Amino acid sequence: MTVTTRPGRGILSVGVVAAILAVAVLASLALGANPLAPPAVIDALAGRGTRETSFVVWDLRVPRTVVGIIAGAALGAAGALMQAFTRNPLADPGLLGVGAGAAFAVALGVSLFGLSDPGEVVWPAFAGALLVTMAVSVIGASGPGGPVRLILAGVALGAVLSGITTAITLTDPEAFDRMRGWNAGSLLGAGLDDLGAIAPLVAAGAVLAFALAPGLNAMALGDDVARSQGVNVGRIRIGVIVAVTLLAGAATAIAGPISFVGLMIPHVVRWIVGPDQRAVLPLSLLAGPVVVLAADILGRVVIAPAEVPVGVVVAFVGAPLLIALARRRTARAL
Amino acid sequence: MPDRPPASLTVEQASFAYADTRIVDQLSLQIEPGSFTVVIGPNACGKSTLLRGLARLLAPEEGQVVLDGRSIAGIPAKTLARRMGLLPQTAVAPEGITVRDLVSRGRYPHRGMLRPWSPTDESAVVEALAATGTTELADRPVDALSGGQRQRVWIAMVLAQQTEVLLLDEPTTYLDVAHQVELLELLAALHEQGRTIVAVLHDLNQAARYATTVVAMRDGRVIAEGPPAEVVTSENVSAVFGLANTVIPDPVTGGPLVVPLRAPHVTEVRP
Amino acid sequence: MVATVVDRAGRVGRPARSVAAGRRRVLAVGVAASVVLVVLVTLGLILGDFPVPLERIPTILAGGGEGIEHTVVVDWRLTRVIAAVGVGALLGIAGALFQTVTRNPLASPDILGLSSGAFSGMLLTLVLVSASWQALVAGSLVGGLVTALVIQMLASRDGLQGFRIVVVGIGVSAMLASLNTWLLLQVELETAMFASAWGAGSLNGVSAGPVTGALVAAVPIVVGAFCLVPRMRQLELGDDLAAATGARPHAVRALALLAGVGLVSAATTVAGPVAFVALAAPQIARRLARTPSLPLGLSALLGAAVLLASDLVAQHALPAPLPVGVVTVSVGGLYLLSVIVLELRRRA
Repeated sequence: MTVTTRPGRGILSVGVVAAILAVAVLASLALGANPLAPPAVIDALAGRGTRETSFVVWDLRVPRTVVGIIAGAALGAAGALMQAFTRNPLADPGLLGVGAGAAFAVALGVSLFGLSDPGEVVWPAFAGALLVTMAVSVIGASGPGGPVRLILAGVALGAVLSGITTAITLTDPEAFDRMRGWNAGSLLGAGLDDLGAIAPLVAAGAVLAFALAPGLNAMALGDDVARSQGVNVGRIRIGVIVAVTLLAGAATAIAGPISFVGLMIPHVVRWIVGPDQRAVLPLSLLAGPVVVLAADILGRVVIAPAEVPVGVVVAFVGAPLLIALARRRTARAL
Repeated sequence: MPDRPPASLTVEQASFAYADTRIVDQLSLQIEPGSFTVVIGPNACGKSTLLRGLARLLAPEEGQVVLDGRSIAGIPAKTLARRMGLLPQTAVAPEGITVRDLVSRGRYPHRGMLRPWSPTDESAVVEALAATGTTELADRPVDALSGGQRQRVWIAMVLAQQTEVLLLDEPTTYLDVAHQVELLELLAALHEQGRTIVAVLHDLNQAARYATTVVAMRDGRVIAEGPPAEVVTSENVSAVFGLANTVIPDPVTGGPLVVPLRAPHVTEVRP
Repeated sequence: MVATVVDRAGRVGRPARSVAAGRRRVLAVGVAASVVLVVLVTLGLILGDFPVPLERIPTILAGGGEGIEHTVVVDWRLTRVIAAVGVGALLGIAGALFQTVTRNPLASPDILGLSSGAFSGMLLTLVLVSASWQALVAGSLVGGLVTALVIQMLASRDGLQGFRIVVVGIGVSAMLASLNTWLLLQVELETAMFASAWGAGSLNGVSAGPVTGALVAAVPIVVGAFCLVPRMRQLELGDDLAAATGARPHAVRALALLAGVGLVSAATTVAGPVAFVALAAPQIARRLARTPSLPLGLSALLGAAVLLASDLVAQHALPAPLPVGVVTVSVGGLYLLSVIVLELRRRA
């Protein structure tokens, strides 16, 4: 069984998804409590807009759109990596306790160090997510175990940390207040300088992911088959852990815990272009932001002028998919 | 063996389906009391489905299965379990359970809610262990046994149920050939003691050797039914399995022995 | 170690050594757990801001004792201790029921999203209806039951399978968690903190009325659960064998799950959704007693002990008093992790 994609199909899909992404970006800049017409948006981007539209576009919407793109891309790619590496269609970085680790770190930051500005918690969140992802990957990914064990290692470690986090927030009202906002996930908050520092990490993760793609293709048939084809399974394992840590950690750091993006995107992408990771990874990178931006736009529009945080909307889209997957007749043990 | 008239089991125009796919279609079959019936056929011909229908694990879409003149659909579960025992393909042994504990689970249909473990139960377990030669293994955990030993333990469990009918779904899977023969000889001995046995087997020659009646199925229908000498013929094997073969007399029993013909592999020529 | 039944073939021998030995071990563990429980109960009565000497306890319990002693020991602490023991026992039994009939040691009401559902019900009631204790309890009950129903429907395809229930439960739980996050943002800070404390599972402020009501309501369910035990043992052999021996697997599974949900609901009305006791207690019981099945009675005893111990820790051993659920979540998570790691070592 070969794992290849007809090159034409891959390129066509990339083109289509890129176009959809462009539309999503435009929509993200145009829609909201102050809907703007597309020409007005383009004017503002080019520097020709009125002071009002420039403010709305540049100060309000561009940052959140950029966060959405980076976070969505990172989560999509991290999800694709997880699913390929664990040969398990239910893997999703968000289910591995990344959110819990970041939350724990943020809670510590808020309560012990009085961090309050959303921008200030970016780096603690990243550190927390880093540590947890590594721990869970080590426990759950080594040895045979099937999907349940990996997910439950994340649930377990997440539970331990969330217990401690709850303890912190219940004893400190200000921490509680900050956390309940952070928990919902949001594309606001991360400033452009933080993004500037995080973006290289995401880029590094993405580059590493592309480098791992051929090896992951070989591993699709099992570790033994991969070794017999000359693939260094151990090195790939380390590479995946590092890449997922960078990508998922960065995404959670700038946008809070957003789950299910990493789960949904690889499925949809594989359905379009097949299982070849050399096509799946770039396409996941493009499709992730589409979903995140769509959820963000939906959240802005549904109860305008108030907003439903993006993390809340995404779960309602993603969880039904997860359940539908488990209900397939062929999903007996995945 | 408790003294009871041998059970007569009949399938009357029954159809069985899984999730909208009809596997067995309007099949009629009479299992003679005291017979050793073996059902053979190619993969997915419906033989396991038929057995599950006989055991009432599947309800028929049409028709019925009749035990001693009474449709099994109407018989209470424990009553049916006292007359018919099943060894399915998918039996699970709880982790760490001992042989004796597992065999004693076969007494469930005979025990009421408040009835404690009785001497009858104990002697049934002892007899079942002795009949399968697993008495020395009684206190060992089932998951520490070899495949052959484990299969004998499962049979002991079904024996402890003390039923006059035994249904077995591919009992020889995963056993090496010596253990397969050992198991079949055990079944033959149980048959001689008066039980009615219905077994699904893969191996044609084993079926021909041990069965009193062979039922050949294909695509959910009975193609042939009768004593091995009549059913296991070259034409039938070819029709049912699509296998080129010749049938010679078994040097040990005299019955039919199926020998496949050699058909050299042909590589396709690409246009 | 060879059984001597060989020498007595045909005769009714003495009861199998292993079966009797197994039963003795279960009994021994049960006695030990009961002793531990008694110690914990005693601690629960004497510890606190108002320390009560041990010798006074029997007198006070018998009805004597001055006003303040009586109030503290009987009205507050005894009620709380009984609540902890009762809730822990109910959760232990519920966990054993769930895990036996799904043949999955990781099936538990919390993982199955029941707790999130109860919390959603409670939050929705808080936001939409009223903040009265009865309304919140009713809301959490309804939320939990509806969630259980939905999960059962979604996971039921060609019958229930262990893996599928876990996955569906995680999905449903995540959706409800999102809903809960959203609702927590909508209410006042104080209300949100109150709801969160309740949502972590707490025995603060339990009063005799609800505790008695819930435990009394749970009694027939517990009796029913014990009656189901022989059938559940057959279910352990696989659905086919269970059906073939007359144990009716689908009916038994439905009854057991219903009983489990009922017990969890009763427990939730007293203490809110307490995590991990239902998951951990049966597994600890099974490993201690070295039985192949999950012992119901032992799970109850251990569940009670775990919850009471967690409550004592939460009240007295931490820098600030916390809801008991926070302790059980962290401890339970550690336990689950160790189970996973040990399983990994064993398979390797």
